[in-house]
Amino acid sequence: MENIIEIRHLQKYFGENEVLKDINFSVNKGEVVCIIGSSGSGKSTLLRCLNLLEQPTRGEILYHGQNILEHDMSNAVYRAKMGMVFQQFNLFNNLSVLENCTVGQIKVLKRSAAEAKKTAMEYLELVGMSGFIDARPHQISGGQKQRVAIARALSMEPEALLFDEPTSALDPEMVGEVLKVMKGLAGSGLTMLIVTHEMGFARDVAHRVVFMDGGVIAEEDTPDVIFNNPKNERTRIFLKRILDS
Amino acid sequence: MAVDANSSFFQWVIYIIQNYWPLFLRGAEVTLIISLTGTIIGFGIGILIGIIRTIPIDNNTHILKRAIYKVVNVLLLIYIEVFRGTPMTVQAMVIFYGVAMVWGIHLTTFVAGIFIVSINTGAYMAEIVRGGIISIDKGQFEAAHAIGMTHSQTMAFIVLPQAIRNILPALSNEFVINIKDTSVLNVIGVTELFFQSKSAAGNNYRYFEVFLITCLVYLVMTFTVTRILRYWEKRLEGPEVYTIHGSQTVPEAEIKIVGRKG
Repeated sequence: MENIIEIRHLQKYFGENEVLKDINFSVNKGEVVCIIGSSGSGKSTLLRCLNLLEQPTRGEILYHGQNILEHDMSNAVYRAKMGMVFQQFNLFNNLSVLENCTVGQIKVLKRSAAEAKKTAMEYLELVGMSGFIDARPHQISGGQKQRVAIARALSMEPEALLFDEPTSALDPEMVGEVLKVMKGLAGSGLTMLIVTHEMGFARDVAHRVVFMDGGVIAEEDTPDVIFNNPKNERTRIFLKRILDS
Repeated sequence: MAVDANSSFFQWVIYIIQNYWPLFLRGAEVTLIISLTGTIIGFGIGILIGIIRTIPIDNNTHILKRAIYKVVNVLLLIYIEVFRGTPMTVQAMVIFYGVAMVWGIHLTTFVAGIFIVSINTGAYMAEIVRGGIISIDKGQFEAAHAIGMTHSQTMAFIVLPQAIRNILPALSNEFVINIKDTSVLNVIGVTELFFQSKSAAGNNYRYFEVFLITCLVYLVMTFTVTRILRYWEKRLEGPEVYTIHGSQTVPEAEIKIVGRKG
């Protein structure tokens, strides 16, 4: 399998605080990887480093074998290839639903307005939001916002999509609609990297589950092994705590 | 109508209106033109400085670029501090007579007036715009960067449109303040409303009557402008919550307007 991203010896400090300690890890094309772990374990930071929203302190991020931290490639070009879906949606408040999905295509990919609209409509259709193209972000619900955010990321036709706790800020009754969209995407062969607390989703959808603890990858394996037969004691304690609550 | 020393207050008011209304009108016109132009140019200056002062500079930025940025930033801070920290009357004197003496440039009082109001407003707007920019949620920047936008694209298409909308109330505040404060330009002989009133009053030795009329003219101008701007603000769609940062009277003020649907 072709590997899209490979991380080597990644370290991230916030001041004196070492948040990521020597992370080594790779993502293959078409793979769905879920990253789980307690808060403060570094999983969001890892995802944000992958999109350069945080600058890693040390280490390498290889994108198709090319180290993006050595400025062989501009950050903007690389970021356009890594879609990102945020916990807080972060839809552009000054733009309509449709414009949210076209602005990047027009300004970054230099597509024509008509072409951008066509692509955007395709993905808005996919997430079930094509009826809301004229709405402003403050006029739609959280679940709808997150679906638009997914369509916005897909409209850039990225190589991989990064999800940073996409359902954590949602009301419980809206979690389902977003997970359903994500499940559909996973089935379509899109490469996805998902930081999540939704253990059921990780178990059903992920090809691989990564458990992070204290800034290191404590264990990574198939969902079956992680959830039914974890080898690491810390994984066991974490899952017990989560599943009992 | 003829008036003399024994005429009543109202007779004088009527007499002055009848005989001096073109003067008031011309004064009001100059006042409006200077304050409107000054506010617009000052807003432009403010946006430019606000953008420069919010350019992200970190340890990965090239050292030369960092040095240039530091120097520019210090110069801008000096500009802001000097023009916010001194009275506009004094600025008017220093600039009007200063450019004539030092550079031999003889500005017309009208041009000098617009220049002074513009740079004065610019100093205030710079901080208001900067406040408007930094009050925009960090998530908006991150989402724009995440789809590959550069910092300038992010500012132009995502952040500034939101920031400007949020600072519109502060902008109309500046405009109203400028209408009133152009009166200090009479010290360099700008023929605005206060200057014209002074000559009308001096001709007749009737200060109370004349300035009461002047007062009303100012009030009509500021009231009308406030209404128009408020209408305009309402027409522009805004988020439910926005923060207004600072005003000329209270620079550190933060007003949160909650519950306004766009």
